[in-house]
Amino acid sequence: MLPGETGSGLAECALPPAEKLLWMYDKMLKSRFFEEKIAEAFAAGKLHGTMHLYTGEEACAAGAVAALEQADYITSTHRNHGHAIAKGGDINKMMAEMFGKKTGSCGGKGGSMHITDIAGGNIGGNGVVAGGVSIATGAALALKMQGRPQVVLCFFGDGARAEGVFHESVNMASLWRLPLVLVCENNQYAVSTAPHRYLARNDAAALGRAYNIPGESVDGNDVLAVYERVSEAVARARGGEGPSYVECQTYRWRGHSKSDQNRYRTREEVDAWILKDPIPRFRKVLIESGIISEERADEIEAQALGLIEESIRFAERSPDPPLEDLARDVYSGPATRGLNSKESNGGAIPCAN
Amino acid sequence: MRELTGAEAVREALREELARDERVYLVGEDIGIYGGSFGVDEGLIEEFGPERVREAPISEAAIVGTSVGAALLGMRPVVEIMFSDFVALAMDQLVNQAAKLRYMSGGQLKVPMVVRTPCGAGTGAAAQHSQSLEAWYAHVPGLLVAMPSTPYDAKGLLKAAIRDDNPVVFLEHKLLYKVKGEVPEGEYTIPFGEADIKRAGTDVTIVATSMMVHNALEAASDLEARGISAEVLDPRTLVPLDERAILESVGRTGRLVIVHEAPERGGFGGEIAAVVAGSDAFHRLEAPIKRVCGSNTPIPFNKMLEKHAMPTREGIVQGVLEVTGY
Repeated sequence: MLPGETGSGLAECALPPAEKLLWMYDKMLKSRFFEEKIAEAFAAGKLHGTMHLYTGEEACAAGAVAALEQADYITSTHRNHGHAIAKGGDINKMMAEMFGKKTGSCGGKGGSMHITDIAGGNIGGNGVVAGGVSIATGAALALKMQGRPQVVLCFFGDGARAEGVFHESVNMASLWRLPLVLVCENNQYAVSTAPHRYLARNDAAALGRAYNIPGESVDGNDVLAVYERVSEAVARARGGEGPSYVECQTYRWRGHSKSDQNRYRTREEVDAWILKDPIPRFRKVLIESGIISEERADEIEAQALGLIEESIRFAERSPDPPLEDLARDVYSGPATRGLNSKESNGGAIPCAN
Repeated sequence: MRELTGAEAVREALREELARDERVYLVGEDIGIYGGSFGVDEGLIEEFGPERVREAPISEAAIVGTSVGAALLGMRPVVEIMFSDFVALAMDQLVNQAAKLRYMSGGQLKVPMVVRTPCGAGTGAAAQHSQSLEAWYAHVPGLLVAMPSTPYDAKGLLKAAIRDDNPVVFLEHKLLYKVKGEVPEGEYTIPFGEADIKRAGTDVTIVATSMMVHNALEAASDLEARGISAEVLDPRTLVPLDERAILESVGRTGRLVIVHEAPERGGFGGEIAAVVAGSDAFHRLEAPIKRVCGSNTPIPFNKMLEKHAMPTREGIVQGVLEVTGY
């Protein structure tokens, strides 16, 4: 829905500061161009493995992360590029990771699903559905035990709600009143399976009630609505009141991964959601509310695209990791312990003091 | 010297590390006022409070998963899983998360976490409360694996595990909790990757793990009466494995018998045998390598059947006689 349309909420409330709005717009554009460029590179045979594209869901990451402070943490999913960009991940490093290069975020050893930037507060993507939920809960526990003021924002897909560890973790987070924000990106499919086919009850408020936390569904293609709801959840977490569940209704334009043949949905359904593209919708808000002009919007877009194109060049000219990296960082501690080698069972390890 | 039971030695290690480092906390089921299923945690909640002796819901996956997350942000969680069989409920968190995060992040992350858990049979607890699953963990790069056999080793290894920056699976045999042994007063740690020769000998090397060290020592006494001098070597940690100590011992004795409680098929004994067979010590062998291991069955409830699902003192003697009479 656009501002002025019934129920959008945008017309009634004051907009966040211009700086915040433009930050969100910039993140959404970079995320969109990142996905378009890696899809092209994959089609051209420049990338191997697979990737899970975030195209169409950009308002979720931008709106949610905009509600955080720089020092807060996120955990992410297999579909993590948009989250990593929103959390301030270095685009060149991210692109180099896609190419498996030594200069990548993870030195080329994590790939698309494992973009991590712990210094920037991104605890990392995760290749296992709901894999990040217990980790985020534990990170929030650490913050609480350490008396630190930060919160953890946990992104997960709608399918994660069918995993046992999701429910164990939400129960624990609520029981222990941890500074956690649970952001479900409901892109309407867990690979090929729609929520009504895998969840006995698909209701955000009911889920929240089951765990004694607020649960709310929000238009995930409306970046301002996401920002507003997640801001409330962040304030609650930071105030020591415990976790909240925010479910962003959005849509994945592309297949689940590169092997998806889209047999489970119609072209009409996809096209209808593409008409709800969150980016031009937000651009319209920015222009109509006088935040920026058409020309300035075009400039911001061109800058974002240029940055992504440059990151492709950076990745392509970066070196592969050396062969020695195969056995690096299996264990932490003195490299001499022998376990960080391909064959060894290790020997004596000096004990830390 | 002072004697402690295995349970007391483990508790002392926990208490000392909780007092020493405020980043350390315990988490598990019924570890508070209940004292833990085997009484190991008795008194700790009174001493350190419910924040640091954290009673959790019966949610093994989330207990281990939250510990991974807390470890990433600078805590040093010590998890208690009530029975090692239940680690199966947390295998994703242990295998796909704890063991992988450092590698996948290109060295950005570390997971200083210990998963303590009672393993092993001999208590009539049947097939879901009696397993020895150490080979699972040893097979996963990124995990360290310890299996102490004495109160002394349990205390020193656990303190080293808690101070290590890697995820450690720490397997405490249920029967070890009641074994008494000498534990000196005061501070000490035992480095990972250092085997201990529990009894020196010249005719055969028996490599045994966990409670099987005790069975092997009893067998060695029986063998002595028959004029056979058996060396009993306890690796103490499986990852890292003190290959040098094993090869040195086998090089001297020329015979190797491997004893563990876990089923023989796919057991860690195969790795030890392969280490020896693939080394120069192979040329010193005067007989084929013999494994005396658990039966390839679940652990049965019946007392007599349970006893025979594990290596017995007599079975180890028999195994040694096979290689010395070869």
